[in-house]
Amino acid sequence: MRAGWEVVIGLEVHTQLATSSKIFSGASTAYGAEPNTQACLVDLGYPGVLPVLNKEVVRMATLFGLAVNATVARRSVFARKNYFYPDLPKGYQISQLELPIVEHGEMMIFDADGNEKRIGITRAHLEEDAGKSIHEGLEDKSGIDLNRAGTPLLEIVSEPDLRSAKEAVAYLRKIHTIVRYLGISDGNMQEGSFRCDANVSVRPAGQKELGTRAELKNLNSFRFIEKAINFEIERQIDLIEDGGKVVQETRLYDSVKDETRSMRSKEEANDYRYFPDPDLLPVEITDEYIEAQRATMPELPDAKQQRFVNDYELKVDDAVILAASRPLADYFEAVVSATDAKAQFAANWVIGDLMGALNRDSKDIEDSHISAVELAGLVNRIHDNSISGKIAKQVFDAMWDGEGSADQVIDAKGLKQITDSSAIEVVVDKVIAANPSQVAEYQAGKGKLIGFFVGKVMQETKGQANPGQVNKILKDKLKA
Amino acid sequence: MMELYTQTLNELSLGLEHGDFTSVELTQALLARIAAHNEKLNAFVTITSDEALAAAERADDARAKGRAGILNGLPIVHKDIFCTRGIKTSCGSRMLDNFISPYDATVVEKLAAAGAVVLGKANMDEFAMGSSNETSFYGAVKNPWDLSCSPGGSSGGSSAAVAARFTPAATGTDTGGSIRQPAALTGTVGIKPTYGRVSRYGMVAFASSLDQAGVITRTAEDAARLLGVMAGFDERDSTSIDQAVPDYTAEIGKSIKGLRVGIVRQHFDAGLDEQTGVRVKEAIAVLESMGATAIEVNLPNIDLSVPTYYVVAPAECSSNLSRFDGVRFGYRAENPEDLLDLYCRSRGEGFGDEVKRRIMTGAYVLSAGYYDAYYLKAQQVRALIADDFKKAFADVDVIAGPTVPAPAFKLGDKVDDPIQMYLNDIYTIGANLAGLPAISIPCGFVNELPVGLHLVGAHFAEASLLRAAHQYQQQTDFHRACPEGFQ
Repeated sequence: MRAGWEVVIGLEVHTQLATSSKIFSGASTAYGAEPNTQACLVDLGYPGVLPVLNKEVVRMATLFGLAVNATVARRSVFARKNYFYPDLPKGYQISQLELPIVEHGEMMIFDADGNEKRIGITRAHLEEDAGKSIHEGLEDKSGIDLNRAGTPLLEIVSEPDLRSAKEAVAYLRKIHTIVRYLGISDGNMQEGSFRCDANVSVRPAGQKELGTRAELKNLNSFRFIEKAINFEIERQIDLIEDGGKVVQETRLYDSVKDETRSMRSKEEANDYRYFPDPDLLPVEITDEYIEAQRATMPELPDAKQQRFVNDYELKVDDAVILAASRPLADYFEAVVSATDAKAQFAANWVIGDLMGALNRDSKDIEDSHISAVELAGLVNRIHDNSISGKIAKQVFDAMWDGEGSADQVIDAKGLKQITDSSAIEVVVDKVIAANPSQVAEYQAGKGKLIGFFVGKVMQETKGQANPGQVNKILKDKLKA
Repeated sequence: MMELYTQTLNELSLGLEHGDFTSVELTQALLARIAAHNEKLNAFVTITSDEALAAAERADDARAKGRAGILNGLPIVHKDIFCTRGIKTSCGSRMLDNFISPYDATVVEKLAAAGAVVLGKANMDEFAMGSSNETSFYGAVKNPWDLSCSPGGSSGGSSAAVAARFTPAATGTDTGGSIRQPAALTGTVGIKPTYGRVSRYGMVAFASSLDQAGVITRTAEDAARLLGVMAGFDERDSTSIDQAVPDYTAEIGKSIKGLRVGIVRQHFDAGLDEQTGVRVKEAIAVLESMGATAIEVNLPNIDLSVPTYYVVAPAECSSNLSRFDGVRFGYRAENPEDLLDLYCRSRGEGFGDEVKRRIMTGAYVLSAGYYDAYYLKAQQVRALIADDFKKAFADVDVIAGPTVPAPAFKLGDKVDDPIQMYLNDIYTIGANLAGLPAISIPCGFVNELPVGLHLVGAHFAEASLLRAAHQYQQQTDFHRACPEGFQ
């Protein structure tokens, strides 16, 4: 951040709700179908058809409202946003304007100094998505795919409370986590299920009134969002410092060139002629309905993280990592419940080897080759001294490659730890006998050489001897 | 035997039941009559002879097997605003001249399921915008009572076809009077039910908060029978109302003794043709002679209904008609230069003047800076008008008055004066703004042109309206009069 300037950012997040059918029709919302195969007459805006609200979206919006401590409107109204575009079949988008379903929410994030900071959520409203225009491979023509038309969206609008690109990303990640926790969105950014527009402005530090803002569009990854906002901040400050003025406009982020470009200015903006949609009744929900939804609320990330620290005595950083994704947290807890080892020990395995393997193979926790119970089996064998931590890594890799459970791998490869003292003594005697000069040096005071002897014993036993026992027996025998 | 075409739906139903004739014979007779006389009237956009005969055969077959529905084998005509699968649904517009609907409207589906035989699609004002049928892309419909006169609109093809005995019944839609005004001008019965009583699914939308489907027939009895089939909740229309449909045909037989009939002073003010007023007062006297009581009621804001309507209806239409953009269906301009040119020329060439006038009015009243002064204000006045009716219906069962200020006007007379045209709906618009059911029934003639009595009821009081109308028709025979040249 350049000295003397303050950045003001507000975000609009479009979250695709994870319903199986569209917001106003029975057509499927599945991603990736052949163009125009998932668009029924309602989606196509045929003469005479009418929208019918999918009740599931009301439930999902209610859950979101409760999760961000917002007011869930007892009465909300759908309105028509009128404009012409080929991928907008009816010539209007059904959205909510004056009476959105969710208002006055909030979310806590950590700022750059690690302090908790409240970000206001102005509103979240339901609307339908438009279709897609296709230009590639069509020569001088344009195609229209209306599969996406009518897909339910929840547009979440923040207050202009964010003061840096990092804060913006922290806020977004948290929204992303929450919608997935609630099961109301898959949050898939590549498929466009989670999209973000950013309103960015700058002002001299201490100035009260807001600077002129630019709206950034086409931000489809957390990394691009941060880069785009940072580019835009620099652009605006440069502009003003050079005596220029920021104009209110929409700018598109180009991730290849890492820059934002003007798309359209305010003068070209549409008058959307909003008015309440006469085809749809106001959505009226009762206190009982809201309480019934509250009863189905899952534990949210903040609460879960806190519980992991309190009940499992996890390190805060590890609790944050594990609570960031509901399936990961569930996996971790399943491991903990199936093992006698300490939870932190289980967490180390989940965060370390398991997440490492998942990342390496680009897999989600749901697709892990090793189930929570199987991983607990491995952790138990370390805990009961059947194998060492080092051998365990070897067992883990074999399990990942589908060679069976921990016990099966240990048996098949004969990896069980040697804990029989007399057996270890035999090897220790052999090693001492074979290395007389090192024994002399050790006994002359070069205590570091203990590592050399341990290594030799482990080599002889193919790593299966219990390291603690080896250490103790070696030290005893070398004393003489 | 009486000629088939002169008979009402009810009479034809009895004939079919008794085996006096088959549905195929009936259908052939009416198709022949349409073929012989429609040219004089231009009542149809499409005559569906083949489909009608096939449906009649199926109906006869169903009857033979003892599976006759309540409208089995009986003829009907659909206003060309109702989507009919596989058949052109033009809405009276060049925009949809090439549009073959891939689905049936709920109304079409329900009538077909009851066994009705569709003879064709009736001409209408373009997108139901008009009161004379002169805005149709297919040319004006003529009034069977005087071929130089308008049959009213927008359901003018439906009213003319029923008056000319092409069909005993036709569907219509009513946004500001489009069923009742043509019924009045052609001496037929037209009922607009309560908003939400009949599904709007598959009806090409004009003004969604005002549009309602109904029927035009020659008797209230026939209207009761059809409405019983058409009415009811439809999960595909969120504004349709989930309330049981009464047995209208059973209700109409009851006496109107004690019926409280409201009279609104403004309905008999200066704008009303004197002789028309006399006919309407005579009709009210007939109701009184049958045991009804006339009571004066006050609708203080009713004079604001026309201006209110001409803000709300265009606003909704400007949005509803945005889907006609030349991209997916309907008229598309040839060789567009770019997207904007495609939009502008497709809509410029596809829509007629009245439709464009209303789209522009509607876009204006919704635009930034004008919304509060026009659209929002109109909605507030609309609420006041609805409230006036609500108060009035605390004291009366129905409100009676003229349907239209004067009998049928000459074609061409009001085409260049939209305000005069709009004022033709001055008595009917209130019921649409308030969502109330209303009916027009023939109550006499002025200069050999029919006059209509207008009855408005409280929400879901269709049965009261049909009963009053039916009982009135038991005492009068205006509805039996047949225009010269169509006997």
